[in-house]
Formats: sequence, structure tokens, C-alpha cells
Amino acid sequence: MDEELFKEYEDKLPPAILENIRKNAPEKITKAQLKKVLELTLKEYEEMAIEPGESVGVISAESIGEPGTQMTLNTFHFAGVAEMNVTTGLPRIIEILDGRKALSTPMMEIYLQKPYSTGKDIKKIALMVKETKVCDVASEFEINLADSTIEIKLDKQKLEEVGLTPSTLVKNIEKAMKVNLKLKDDDLVVVKTSSKESSLNEVYKLKEKIKDAYVQGIKGILQVLPVKRGDEFIIITAGTNLRKVLELEFVDPVRTVSNDVYEIGEVLGVEAARQAIINEILKVVDSQGLNIDKRHIMLVADMMCFSGDLKGITRYGIVQEKASVLARASFETPIKHIIDAALVGEVDKLNSVVENVMINQPLPIGTGLPSLIVDAKK
Amino acid sequence: MTTEVYLNSRYVGDVENPEQFVQNIVDSRRKADLSSNVNVSYDKKKNEIHVESLRGRLRRPLIVVKDGKSLLTEKHITQLEKSELTFSDLLKQGVIEYLDAAEEEGTFIAFYENELTKQHTHLEISPIDIFGLCGSLVPYANHSPGARIAMGAKNQKQSLGLYAANFSVRMDMDVNILHSAQRPIVTTLTHETSMYEKHPSGQNIVVAVMAYKGYNMEDAVILNKGSIDRGMGRSTYFRPAITEELRYAGGLTDEISIPDKEVKGYKSERDYRFLEEDGIIYPEAQVKEGDVVIGKTSPPRFLSSLEEYNLASNTRRESSLGMKHGEEGIVDFVCITENEEGNKLVQVRLRDQRIPEVGDKFTSRHGQKGVVGLIVPHADMPFSASGIVPDLIFSPHGIPSRMTISHLIELIGGKVGALTGRYIDGTTFDSEPEAALRKLLLQFGFRENGTETMYNGETGEQYQAKIFIGNMYYLKLKHMVANKLHSRARGPIQLLTRQPTEGRSKEGGLRLGEMEKDTFVAHGAALLLKERFDSDKTVVPVCESCGMVAIYNEFKDQSYCPICGDNVEISDIEMSYAFKLILDEFKALGVYPKLQLKTKY
Repeated sequence: MDEELFKEYEDKLPPAILENIRKNAPEKITKAQLKKVLELTLKEYEEMAIEPGESVGVISAESIGEPGTQMTLNTFHFAGVAEMNVTTGLPRIIEILDGRKALSTPMMEIYLQKPYSTGKDIKKIALMVKETKVCDVASEFEINLADSTIEIKLDKQKLEEVGLTPSTLVKNIEKAMKVNLKLKDDDLVVVKTSSKESSLNEVYKLKEKIKDAYVQGIKGILQVLPVKRGDEFIIITAGTNLRKVLELEFVDPVRTVSNDVYEIGEVLGVEAARQAIINEILKVVDSQGLNIDKRHIMLVADMMCFSGDLKGITRYGIVQEKASVLARASFETPIKHIIDAALVGEVDKLNSVVENVMINQPLPIGTGLPSLIVDAKK
Repeated sequence: MTTEVYLNSRYVGDVENPEQFVQNIVDSRRKADLSSNVNVSYDKKKNEIHVESLRGRLRRPLIVVKDGKSLLTEKHITQLEKSELTFSDLLKQGVIEYLDAAEEEGTFIAFYENELTKQHTHLEISPIDIFGLCGSLVPYANHSPGARIAMGAKNQKQSLGLYAANFSVRMDMDVNILHSAQRPIVTTLTHETSMYEKHPSGQNIVVAVMAYKGYNMEDAVILNKGSIDRGMGRSTYFRPAITEELRYAGGLTDEISIPDKEVKGYKSERDYRFLEEDGIIYPEAQVKEGDVVIGKTSPPRFLSSLEEYNLASNTRRESSLGMKHGEEGIVDFVCITENEEGNKLVQVRLRDQRIPEVGDKFTSRHGQKGVVGLIVPHADMPFSASGIVPDLIFSPHGIPSRMTISHLIELIGGKVGALTGRYIDGTTFDSEPEAALRKLLLQFGFRENGTETMYNGETGEQYQAKIFIGNMYYLKLKHMVANKLHSRARGPIQLLTRQPTEGRSKEGGLRLGEMEKDTFVAHGAALLLKERFDSDKTVVPVCESCGMVAIYNEFKDQSYCPICGDNVEISDIEMSYAFKLILDEFKALGVYPKLQLKTKY
């Protein structure tokens, strides 16, 4: 294969296409033939390129917006043991595009490394990931008024399920809370209160605090559901904590994903966030049986990410970035934008579409784009 | 354990024996010791008793059942028939009681008397009770989906009919009267109890279910021109013009009279031609758009300028009531009275005959509404072997997806009713069975499924398919094209924005909205879009020095800037008036919008 020829086309064609040609070209191809192939490919590639002045933004907006009207507002429920529901449809799309930090249903799909993914002890692994609190393994909390102590009765079965012994539990609570604990009997933990918590009210407050005390697992993972996908077992979780989960040794960090775009941006960077936006929107679109071209979504994702960090399509996000005062004012809170612009003496160059619609001048798009290069006055 | 008791959602105390407590309340209500408006419900799960007596609860009457026996006996019924007893007497005797939604929760209600068992607590007066008034006017409703019944009920509210028998002396705004309205052949119990024949709202017509040259696709219907000429679906539209002689401060008043020619805003002599000496039009005058119905002048709006003050009587304003854009009709009724404030009040009612035309909306009682797609000459309509020509052709495609079987049964029922000369009882849950109707049809020599051999009205050829044809009650709905048709090329504009006015009555433009604008942008049709948005374009002189709107002096034919004087470069700039307006609004905000000019070429 003539690498020289490929080199020549390196900055004309994208690497994926070149790689495709390299892979699929027959062994005995001559240099002239290969050149012809590359030339034709380049011609085809350039014909496919979007022409200058095409309103890609509006076309994307219409192409996403129109099928969007057909989306249902239903949230989808898993028919499974643990009740898990996922926001899909329009609410989910809005959530992604707004670039929200707190999702209504954060979720992860945790893929496992080879020996663990076979399904052996999958339940145990799953429970190791799940955030366990004291109230998850206790059956009763009681305040002993006589000697102002809190008695926690443990649920032995649950304790065993999450792989804990009463003694390790006590150690874990002490680590998390700094309280004086004592293991009485096999299943009774007694919390001694210090003199600070003298009144009943204070003791009650402490009891509530202990209920929510962290015992083991990963914070933020509220539910786990082991699922068989293909040949291997994966864990679907409600609640996310990508950074901590990726640190676990049995987790496959390459394939494990969260549906929290913002979190992905924080942990893996903007490029990953961009890809996550595309994947998440496509997931919704596919689940609704709609057909939206990927490139429209890519454009939206690019708009949200090109500044370097994630920006939602809101008045605080990408609209804030617009260069034109009039364009910003035409989208929510106009007076605020006008006054802020006046304070710093902003100049609107009238370079974009909305401004020109407002003042009734030809838009710099499509047929309005061409103009004279030579100054008529000279 | 005690049960909490709430009176009108407010906690009042506890009782030891909840069942006994509830029973006591119910018993004393039935004995009329307590008001019949009181309802009580016992929620075992929450361990609460709720006693309600306030208004705003939806309640319905039921017959009380004791030990599996209805308290309403034959004796009651004979007494009712003889008018020795009224409904409210039954209520007082505890034979019938009204239950609200909460109390109904704890009951076991039988549909029919023969279904009664020991467990039953109540009996329906009639199963049709579960519908409202309009819902129960749909015949055979138990054969159709609930959603369609709801639509059928809603459609009936929009139908034209005899809305009030004294319509000829009323001054209702925007009402219609259907000519020769009929009582439906297929009736329900509610038609009788509500005396429907006193205020009918539709006509019994012959309906064929078939496609007709594609003119009845997408729910359209075909009408027979012959039927229309004979008066089918004809209605009259009434609209009053009302005005009063208002009194203003300073002893000035409006005056209803033919305006003088000196009056400000005088239209033209032609516009006032129908007015009699009192300034009011005469009955049976045929008026068209622009004609004045009531002549009226008002005193001048402002008495600020001295000149106007002196000549106050001469500078009165014209404020006559005329026909609006696109309106026409005949003056039906003129009424001159006084209103509550003692002002002279003049009401003129206009009438306009509405003959069915393409675009008018018709419906059966089963949520099968449609718009007239074509009006076919009588001679071209399909006809049956016996020479029956349908009044209306309904598309068969409207049936499978909507599953309105009641529509089809009414068609058969109507046919049997027309043949036997009697009304068919189509009361929901209690109707004449469909099988019996089919049997009767067979006896009259028709196919029992209601289909007939039909012939093409234009060629005389026999149709291959047998056509389902029968009689149905059809309603004309109040949405008529004559009230809606609208178009505009040039016309009035708004004062503030100089954009076209909005709405048909103001001869407004049709808005090319934001989303429509986007389609132009998506096509890259920038110059076409600019042209479309030229409706409010203006040319404004702009001072190149300060960047604000300058002034053009037409006498001297020169422009000057009120800030920089006349020694500056001033250019004429084309922009939308709305933009000029927003520049002014910026100035009002205290923001200086400076326009920096640059040659485009």
C-alpha cells in the first residue's frame, strides 16, 4: 500500500475514511488505481460538505423540535424487583439540553472486569457498590430514656446480605460519626450519649443522624440492580458517583457510564461530556422510535461544549455567550440585557440572524450572504 | 380504639363505635331529622369519619335498598303517576337519597331491581343516571367508546336548534335558530324527560355510508343540493347592534340622529341612507358592510383648545354603529328603551339566513363530526332501488378507528323508525335490542344488515358494493364558514407599531409568526423573508454624528438633527417601524441607542 499517497490526502480527508480505504482496498491495487479511488472519495466528500450560508442551526432546531412534539411525557418504569424509573422523552431531553446539574433520575451502568462479570457473586459485588446506611441494616431504633442511650437493633439477615458483621458495622459507624458505641448481645448496638446531648431533643436529633450514617459502599449510589447484558453481568444503579466507581478495582473503567452529563464533564473532561450529550439524546430519540439525524444532535452538543465547559441552552448558558445584544434581548429577560449592555457601551455589529430580522435587513444567510467585495465608493 | 370525626374537613372529636355512628347519621337523614344535604363517609384505613354538609360536592340520587328490597314500591310509582307524590316527597321519606363521591365509595349499587341481593345498599333509578344531560342524549351509547360519547355530548352543545321559544323578542348576542328542527327518531329517555321536542336541535335525514369521489375523505360529508334547497340545515343568524346615549361631564350627551355633514369623521351620505329621521334604521332594510345601522354623534373628546370650546356644537364626533367588515344581513327588529341609568338605549337586531355551504360543520350524535366537502345536485346523487336518495353521504373510513358502533345502530334504528312510523328507544343500557331492529327491517323487505343496492346517480350503473343506508339525526354545528372566511392583501394598520391589525373583525393580516419565519431562514431565503416583513417598513433620517433619528422638514426639503443642528451628514435609513419604536423605548429606559452607519456597497 502506498503510504505516500495516503499522506498526501491526510489533511484533505478525515482519518476514519482513510483508514476505511486502507482496510478495504485489495492487496494488488496499483498506485494509479489507488490515486483514482482517493480522488473520487475526495470529490464525493467535498460534495457532501455543507455549503456556506446554510442555516444549520435552524435546520437542526426544526429537525429536533418537530419529532419532539410526538414524544410522550411518560416516565418509563422498570418491571423488576427493585422499583427503578427513568426519565425519558421530552423531560429528559430538556434536562440534558438545559445542562442541569441535578438530574431527576441519575443512573449508572457499571461494567465489570473479566472474572467478576461472569455473574458469580454478582449480588455481593452489587451490594458493595450500594451506599449502605445504618437504617438499611437496622430493624429498630429506640431511645432509652432512663440512661439516655440509643439502642439500635440490627437486622442480621440484612447485615449478612451486605457482607458485614456487627463488629465491623460498629467500627464503620464510629469512623463516620465519632460516637461512643458498644455492641451488646449479638444484634444490639448501644449508643452512649455524651453530656452534650443531655436533653431528649438532642438525643432524638442524634438518633436521626445515626439513622443516616454511612456504613459502606459508594456514596450517592442509592439502588443497585444486577442485569445480564449479552454474555456478561452488569450493574445498573440509581444515583451516580462516577469518580468513586471508576476507582474500584473490579469495575471496567472503559465501558462504565453515567447518565449525568455534568458529572462526566467533571471527571472525564468536555470531550467526554460532548459525547455523553450525543449518546444520551440519541438514547431517548431511539427509545421513542423517532428518527433524528445524529449530526443535528452533534451540532447542539458542540454548541454546549465548545467554550470549554458545559453550558446549557438557557439564558444563563449559551444565550449569555451571544455576541449581539439584540439577539440576547430577544430571548427572555430583555430589559436586563439592554441595561447591562448600555452600562458597558456594547456595540451590536448586526452580524447574525435575529438582529437583522428585528431591523428588517437582509439576513446574512443563504441568498442574503453574497455581497460586493470591492468598496463601491472607491 | 376511637375513630376521628371530621365535620367539613375540620376535626370535631372521636367516637367509640364508628359503624353505629355513621348508621345513626344515615338513619336520621332518611328520617328527615337531618338535612338531605348531609353526607357521611367512613374511611376504615385511615380510621376517619368525614361528615360533609357544604356546597360544591357532586352528588347523585339513588334508591335506598333495605335487606335486598328496594324501598321504592309499586305503590310509590302509582302515586307518582297520579301526581299524589313528588320527587322531593320520596327524598323526605328516605326512599331516595343523594350521595356524594365519598359516601358512594362505601356502597354497593345494583343496576337493575332484579339484580338485588342482601348485600346491596342502593339501586340505580336508571342506569342512564351515570351520564350527564348531554351524555344521556346519545342513543345506544353503551356500544361506543367513552371518549366518543364525550365528544358526541360536547358536539350537541354546539348544535343549532330552537334555543329559546321566545327568541323573536330576545336580544341575544351571536345566536342561531335552525329552521324546521325535528325530534330525533331514535330517542333516549332523556329526550322525553327534558321535553326535547320543545327545543330540538337537529333533523332526521337519510344517510348513506359510502365514499364519493374523494370529496368525503378525512371526515368530510357530501350534501344533497336538492335537500338543501328543500330547507335541510338552514338556519338564521342573529346579532344585535346595541348603543346608548351616554351622558358626559358638563351636561354634554351623545345624540342618536342622522349625523350632520360638519361632524368630525362623517362617512358619506350613502352610508347613512337607511336611517330614518330618528337616526335609527328601519326593519327589513338590507344592509351590507359599511352601512350605518344606528346614527350617533358624541361631544368632542377634549375641550382643551379654545377654538373647539367655542364651536363645541359643530365639532361633534361621529360615533355611529355600522356593519363590520364582511357582515351583511337584514334588520330584523328595532327596540328603543331606557337602561338602568336612564340613558336612551337602542338595540337593532340583524338577521342573516345561513344556507349550508361547503365548509359548514355537521355531526351525528356520536362524536362523528365532519365538514361539508361537496354539495352534489340531486340528480347526481346515488339512489336506491326504491328511489331513495340520501341527504348526506358519510365516509366509511370514519368508523373502524373510532369504533362508534352506536352511530351504525342509530342508522338502522332510524330506518326502522321511519318504516314503522314510531320512535325507537335508544336509551343507553335500556334500548331496543339491535337484533330486534334487524328482524323488523327484514320484515319490511329490506336486508337485515341495513344495506341496499344503490345506483350511480350520474351513469345509472349499479354499484358493486351494497351501500349501508338509513335514517339518522344530524346536527348542524355553530361553526359556519360564513362567520370565519377571511383574506387580506392591503388594509388597516395599528397606530403604535404600524403593523397590520389582528383578527377577522378588524380586517387583519395573517401573521407570519416566529416558526414560519424560521422556515424561511432554514431555506436560506433571506431576501424573500425581508420582503415578507416589509409590512411596517419605514425610511428614517439618521444623524451620522450622534446616531439618533433626525427630523425631515418637508417645507424646506431638508433634514436636521435636533441635537447636532443642520451642519451634519444625515442619511435616510430603511428599517422596520417596530425597530424605530424599540429605539424610542430604549431612550425611555435611559439607554442611548447610537446607530453607526456604514455603506453596504
